[in-house]
Amino acid sequence: MSDNAVEPSEVRHIADLARIDLDDDEVERFTEQFGEILAAFEALDEVPETEREADLANVMRPDEVRESLSQEEALQNAPESEAGQFKGPKVS
Amino acid sequence: MTDYNGYIATETIEGADDGPLAGRTVAVKDNISTEGVQTTCGSAMLEGYVPPYDATVVERLKEAGATIPGKTNMDEFGMGTTTETSAYGPVENPVAEGRVPGGSSGGSAAVVAAGDADMALGSDTGGSIRCPAAFCGVVGIKPTYGLVSRYGLVAYANSLEQIGPIAPSVEEAAELLEVVAGPDERDGTTRDASEKVESYEFADAADGDVDGLSIGVPTELLDGADEQVVETFWDAMADLESQGATYHEVDLPSVEHAVEAYYVIAMSEASSNLARFDGVRYGQSGGYEGNWNESFANAREEGFGEEVKRRVLLGTYALSAGYHDKYYKKAQDARAWVKQDFDEALSEADVLASPTMPVPPMKRGESLDDPLTMYLADANTTPVNLANLPAISVPAGETDDGLPVGLQLVGPAFGERTIIRAGSALA
Repeated sequence: MSDNAVEPSEVRHIADLARIDLDDDEVERFTEQFGEILAAFEALDEVPETEREADLANVMRPDEVRESLSQEEALQNAPESEAGQFKGPKVS
Repeated sequence: MTDYNGYIATETIEGADDGPLAGRTVAVKDNISTEGVQTTCGSAMLEGYVPPYDATVVERLKEAGATIPGKTNMDEFGMGTTTETSAYGPVENPVAEGRVPGGSSGGSAAVVAAGDADMALGSDTGGSIRCPAAFCGVVGIKPTYGLVSRYGLVAYANSLEQIGPIAPSVEEAAELLEVVAGPDERDGTTRDASEKVESYEFADAADGDVDGLSIGVPTELLDGADEQVVETFWDAMADLESQGATYHEVDLPSVEHAVEAYYVIAMSEASSNLARFDGVRYGQSGGYEGNWNESFANAREEGFGEEVKRRVLLGTYALSAGYHDKYYKKAQDARAWVKQDFDEALSEADVLASPTMPVPPMKRGESLDDPLTMYLADANTTPVNLANLPAISVPAGETDDGLPVGLQLVGPAFGERTIIRAGSALA
């Protein structure tokens, strides 16, 4: 099991990549649970390399102008908007 | 509202005056967009979110004359097997006191089981229609990938999920499927199945005729299942046999790895899909001060519940540098292997049968602190999503304690009529 031990620092690093703040309790719980869950995922090592038969076809359509949401509709769920635009936090 | 918390909201949406579903109520899971009516996905992140458009399936329900009595409660973003992770409180099982209704479409199954709606729509990414149908003693169908449009379904794991019906009987579930199925130019993954299926008519297949039906039973899906569940399963199989069906055991060695493969793929897709919830275009704002990324991380800390964070983080981990080949690539190999296994087994049987869930409905509250055990309960349902196949869960009977047990029938791609016919011999 020690191979699968997860460190709190790893959980914090992944949370940083995923842009989710965690409190200390969450880090502690996730550290323990992730060790257990990732150990279960180890079973995938036994899966043989398998050819993936792709039964896929591209779905195309002409790129034509058609009806879409109005600017007002597109903005209606934004917590803040300004001058017909979404308002987000400052960059930099 | 209901005393078992089945609905998040009960705003009524009226359909057309005429149509195949006129006069009937169809509840809609709260991750399916309804124009002008709040759609939360069971998450605090989307509290107050009002879609400016209807999902294709909702348009079709309205055209068919159905009345939508409300939006049903669900595990947050579809992530759960018990409908206990909703930000709007857990759903109770209306037919098994003290037990969970199954998830993630627990509200949809519960309102049908309690008789508060005639039918309901759920979504099934790894069992989220079939599990609650089994736990609440009703019928649920997970269609073939590409049969039903996902336009307007808030995505959890696109490559796995389908919208499907929940109803008291197989015939009613088939009627609802008939209304929502069919290609949609707004969802490029829908297929025109006219060449594969006899027709898009499903209800008339529910004639209960299983004379000569060949059923394969994958032994792997019975190993480790609860004793009483297995007993109830075999009683239902004996019922089918007495009506003229035959069965034989089949081996599906790949399914031993299906649940792990499912979780790696679903979590990976979720980590990407849920990146859109940044509190700017919709969702709860993380504030406007300071750094852009800190603001997002703050919105997501506040807006997401614990199970959603767990899955987004594990998905991010599985896709991160150095781990992609170990987890994600292996999971895709497992997915291809599962597909091959099912194709092979279905070349020598019309349908495959197993218990829908390896356990009876869990006691409320016992799954939340043990995520891995909850994930493993999806062992029998997740392989079907990996293989893109259709499956139905029908009531098989009850345990000695009166807990509902579901029987799952899996068919070949676009073989909905076959599983509907087979299932209708039992419900």
